[in-house]
Amino acid sequence: MVYLTRKAEFSASHYYHNPDFTPEQNRQIFGKCNNPQGHGHNYMLEVTVKGDIDPDSGFVVDLKQLKEIMHREVLDAMDHRFLNKEVPEFTTRIPTTENLAIAIWQRLEPKLDNAKLHRVRVYETADLFVDFYGER
Amino acid sequence: MKAHLTRRYRFSASHRLHSGNFSCEQNRAIYGKCNNPHGHGHNYILEVTVSGQVDGRTGMVCNLIELDDAVQSEILERFDRQNLNTLLPFAGKVPTTENLCVAIYEILQPIFHAAHLERVRLEETMMNSFEYRGKENATVSS
Repeated sequence: MVYLTRKAEFSASHYYHNPDFTPEQNRQIFGKCNNPQGHGHNYMLEVTVKGDIDPDSGFVVDLKQLKEIMHREVLDAMDHRFLNKEVPEFTTRIPTTENLAIAIWQRLEPKLDNAKLHRVRVYETADLFVDFYGER
Repeated sequence: MKAHLTRRYRFSASHRLHSGNFSCEQNRAIYGKCNNPHGHGHNYILEVTVSGQVDGRTGMVCNLIELDDAVQSEILERFDRQNLNTLLPFAGKVPTTENLCVAIYEILQPIFHAAHLERVRLEETMMNSFEYRGKENATVSS
């Protein structure tokens, strides 16, 4: 089994707000991230797939295909977008880095046929990242 | 859904690697430049990984402010701008980054309850890093 990781960068804005909380609770729990005008990040995405090396190609996965899937499923939908307003998953879920990693996993996982998705890592900043391994 | 959240912190500290169990010659041979009696310093990078179910109400594994507060008050205030050899966790113990990594885990684990402490990773320099995941799970990479 060999693991392969592909990176991609995208920039997006978001804010954290739960309509079930009072305005005070939202401010207290989410702090500056509760600003309804939103704020942005340069997200770094790392997608790790795993699989056996194909003896003919020497590849775990065709990197060109993986890159295309990441672009189509993730970057086209999220790059230079306001996540709360433009990405359907976040009309009902708060676009935290945790939920972003889960949403990206759910977008990619059914599209990968040759290799198995191992990990989605999303860096919100260089000092904060979330890993999702598809665990329930 | 279970996710792992990692936060990076920085602190600077000095140390000297010297063991009372070795002779002066042995200390010099084993620890080399790190045995300099006056000590030397590093800019440490600390990674703390916590894991847990993503809370449906907040979208978070744990509130980042709670994690930051715990690391700030228990780790950064204790170790930043200090000489590690003079601190309690290193009484009778060599302040290698292995031991520092374990000490940080052992300090955080009993006081941080907002999520499961999965891993402490410490970079001594860009070239050396150490990880500790609790008993039976220590790994090192360089």
